[in-house]
Amino acid sequence: MSMIEVRSLSRHFGQLQAVKGVSFEVAEGELFGFLGPNGAGKTTTINMLCTLLRPTSGTASVNGFDVMHQRSEVRRSIGLVFQQPTVDEYLSAEQNLRFHAYAYNVPSGIREARIRELLTMVELWDRRKGSVRTFSGGMKRRLEIARGLLHHPRALFLDEPTLGLDPQTRRHIWDYLLELREHENLTIFLTTQYLDEAENCGRIAIIDRGTIIALDSPDGLKSAVGGDLIVFSTADDEKAAAEVRARYGVEPSLQNGTVRFHVTSGDTFLPEFVRTFPEHLLSVSLQRPTLDDVFLTLTGHEIRDSELDAREMLLHGAGRWRMGR
Amino acid sequence: MAEIWRGTWVVAYREILRFVSERSRILSSFAMPLLFLVIFGAGFTNVIGTLAPGVNFIQFMYPGIIAMTVLTSSLFAGISVVWDREFGFLKEILVAPIGRTGIVLGKAIGATFVALLQALIMLVLAPILGVSLSPGLVAGLIPLVVVISLGLSGLGILIASFMTSQQGFQILIQILIFPLIFLAGVFFPVNAVPLWMEVISKINPLTYGVDAIRQLFLGSNVGLGVAVFGHTMTIVEEVIVVGGLSAILLGGAIIAFNRQE
Repeated sequence: MSMIEVRSLSRHFGQLQAVKGVSFEVAEGELFGFLGPNGAGKTTTINMLCTLLRPTSGTASVNGFDVMHQRSEVRRSIGLVFQQPTVDEYLSAEQNLRFHAYAYNVPSGIREARIRELLTMVELWDRRKGSVRTFSGGMKRRLEIARGLLHHPRALFLDEPTLGLDPQTRRHIWDYLLELREHENLTIFLTTQYLDEAENCGRIAIIDRGTIIALDSPDGLKSAVGGDLIVFSTADDEKAAAEVRARYGVEPSLQNGTVRFHVTSGDTFLPEFVRTFPEHLLSVSLQRPTLDDVFLTLTGHEIRDSELDAREMLLHGAGRWRMGR
Repeated sequence: MAEIWRGTWVVAYREILRFVSERSRILSSFAMPLLFLVIFGAGFTNVIGTLAPGVNFIQFMYPGIIAMTVLTSSLFAGISVVWDREFGFLKEILVAPIGRTGIVLGKAIGATFVALLQALIMLVLAPILGVSLSPGLVAGLIPLVVVISLGLSGLGILIASFMTSQQGFQILIQILIFPLIFLAGVFFPVNAVPLWMEVISKINPLTYGVDAIRQLFLGSNVGLGVAVFGHTMTIVEEVIVVGGLSAILLGGAIIAFNRQE
């Protein structure tokens, strides 16, 4: 069964088309990533899936419930971690979780045990009585993750869960997420603009300017770029290049005193290559394509460039919208 | 339906929790009413003398000041909506399976609880001012304050649902609050003012809330009641006016909140 099903989902803000007819499915227990630059439509999509924003057209369901017509059922099925902090800074960590438990009708018999379990998981149990306004950004985010899980959701949505956090805290949050996927059959849907983070996902949808331009596993996306890169050097690179051409039928390139060529799966190819290549190898390395390469290949521009475009588009869009009113 | 009830009490519970943890808010909410009571009381009591047999100016003003405390506290309850929006917590509330109607009712009930608490604390001043209290008076005051406060917090939430910044909200409420108070008969009987002022005061629904509380304290026979077309309003009639308005304002707030994305 699909936990999340999205069919031609669109959302317009006046003239601005933030999301233009996206379709995808997320299976139960999957860790699914939405990768794209700022302004690509990630948050708009997540807000529609979480019933915070009504779609302009198209349909979407979460846990079998329609996001337009069965909002309460959808809300009970999901946990949410927003981009900006949404904890009440004037309450303690514990009070924040208790409020959530009441709001989601968590049975009182399991409430306190669940709060303890989750605060322990995110390493905030010692600080449970502390006022949240004294917490660091990373601590607040961890508290939000605990809160999002409190009512045993079937799917957890995280909008840029590690944005603005230091590398160590980012690592930490990913440890929780990977652990959750392992131990509970939880579906995780997250958005990110960090390519290295997206690699942790089972599948990734790359979104640019409101449209999904690719959807595959990280490995699948990378092989679409042309596979892994073998880089080696010999005493006579010209001769080695000719040898590669003859043996593997690919066109190698000569760069900085190295010979480079693409193969589909480098890890099985490399041992074979080292054993059988006739020339004497001075160095050899395998370079896997990064999602940066994928993004560049698919969109023709780098993820940072796209961000600038999106900002411009937003400004223009917003301007037109204001005039239109 | 169950969702609305759960939403109501969980949101109200948090409002009260917040109020208790913010002691500065408790103190500051008494500053204005006390200032009026002390300054105006000291300034005018001897000049004005008795307004009716056994009622001097400060005794006349005191029930009005209680109404003013309730008004200020209730209207400003809307700021918690703006606050929650600014600090993101509104998202946590909006996405919970509790329904918008419950959120509005919860905010209003939380505000009413706070306003009631403040009104009851104001009663401590009664003996100092020579106003006599009875259990019956307190028992009557509670439902009156609840009706007034529910409506005014409805108005506060209604305004807040269109505001995105706390400063904007505060300015708007300040602009609203002074005419509402000055033209509600808090400081002078509305029957003895120029006609234009009398007309505005009698349109201002708060006038009836103030007068109902005053009748409770001073009795209905002191001759200071609000007369509409020659008919002096009774407490019950005034409660109906204020209650009707409260229902409209709360309903408006619920509709405004449900429409938002």
